[in-house]
Amino acid sequence: MLDARFFHRWMSTTAASVDREAARLTELDSAIGDADHGSNLQRGFTAVSAALDKEPPQTPGAVLVLAGRQLISTVGGASGPLYGTLLRRTGKALGDAPAVTAGELARALGEGVAAVAQLGGAQAGDKTMLDALLPAVEALATSFEAGADAARAGALATVPLQARKGRASYLGERSIGHQDPGATSAALLIAALAETAAAAGGDA
Amino acid sequence: MLINVPETVVADGLRGMAAAHPELTVDVENRVVVRRDAPVAGKVALVSGGGSGHEPLHAGFVGPGMLSAACPGEVFTSPVPDQMVRAAAAVDSGAGVLFVVKNYTGDVLNFEMAAELADEEGVQVAQVLVNDDVAVTDSLFTAGRRGTGATLFVEKIAGAAAEEGAPLDRVAALARQVNEASRSFGVALTSVTTPAKGSPTFDLPPGELELGVGIHGEPGRERRPMMTSREIADFAVDAVLEDLRPRGPVIALVNGMGATPLLELYGFNAEVQRVLSERGVVVARTLVGNYVTSLDMAGCSVTLCQVDEELVRLWDAPVQTPALRWGR
Repeated sequence: MLDARFFHRWMSTTAASVDREAARLTELDSAIGDADHGSNLQRGFTAVSAALDKEPPQTPGAVLVLAGRQLISTVGGASGPLYGTLLRRTGKALGDAPAVTAGELARALGEGVAAVAQLGGAQAGDKTMLDALLPAVEALATSFEAGADAARAGALATVPLQARKGRASYLGERSIGHQDPGATSAALLIAALAETAAAAGGDA
Repeated sequence: MLINVPETVVADGLRGMAAAHPELTVDVENRVVVRRDAPVAGKVALVSGGGSGHEPLHAGFVGPGMLSAACPGEVFTSPVPDQMVRAAAAVDSGAGVLFVVKNYTGDVLNFEMAAELADEEGVQVAQVLVNDDVAVTDSLFTAGRRGTGATLFVEKIAGAAAEEGAPLDRVAALARQVNEASRSFGVALTSVTTPAKGSPTFDLPPGELELGVGIHGEPGRERRPMMTSREIADFAVDAVLEDLRPRGPVIALVNGMGATPLLELYGFNAEVQRVLSERGVVVARTLVGNYVTSLDMAGCSVTLCQVDEELVRLWDAPVQTPALRWGR
């Protein structure tokens, strides 16, 4: 079972990963966006870590709701509401159970991803974070590792796509040939989940 | 760059703004700039906001006759809902608040969340979306037209109506009317460098220009070898007129992107007026200067707003803000 500490570690691992990859995310964003995705997410997940460390929530759902609220309050741009909604809605779907199974997490994440799709009005193939998240949710039903692989592959598969949502859509055909920064950071989030599970000894 | 560190650019700017403008209340920590006499009894409030880097937009337009409050985000990043909720609470007199939102995915999402939260706190909120940039094809396959120069027209004219005591639905309807009557087209002569990145965000070789550029350096319609001021005016004005087709007089904004000297802007305005005259368009008022900028980008934009007598009257109404002040 996955408890609040597991979710706390997932968020901390994501924060560390975003720190490590911030320059790369910003570089990807400068090709088809406005060169701030890395620094914006870095600011957001730093705030998430600080809030979780200050007053650790007692349930998995509460961890994600608090993390989502922090992202909405600190990131700005489109990423703030979208990532914030992803975590908040996933957290709400987990309810107030003190611990959840991997299957319950995968289903809750599915609800979170659906909320992101609704908020942003995007669908698969629009060259957005959904292109990493949708395959990840499906693969998470198998294992965390499969979920991370699917997210990574989904992010890579955005390269030949033409953006239809967000700032990259202004580029039209010129967005083709670049990896989507949002899909890339979404893959980091799922990779951090797999990493957290592996560190927990795979008994999740 | 004339900065300390990239992380404090916005806060540093706000501290300096506070020092220069005692008529504004500047909350540096929460990033809200409010006119000092707010809330004004019985008056509809206007709140706008957006990424920083477009100064004087929006905080430079806070004051009597224009915005009640502005919420500056990080550079080129929309503000967060907490800022707009705080601003709305600070300026609402009970007559309601109009959010002026530029059409970018981030701004739209954050203002939408803020509107819901403010509504829960009992503030009546209306929103107007500004989307005037004709360089973008408005289709299902893009995020839609970007909000640029028309934001100034919307904030000035709706702000004047609010100052006169118009109710929220009237102020919101005027704001939408102004947006629908306005179109813009921008041109970049250089790229733009954000403090966080420290190098140009897009690659524009010397001797080339980007026609239809956005105020965050988003690409436009095409890239061409350098053109003269005359040629740029022909291209930009025709791009606007093709879409606007005004049947009456216009107000013209000839706007600098940040690094283009005023001398060049005035020279460009002469060309803009020439084209408009050749096309039979009557210009009721003209504003030339750096109002909706893109950090250190060199370039310009042209915004035209088709007006009637009432809109001209509201444009002429007194305004007292850091960046725009006349009348009274």
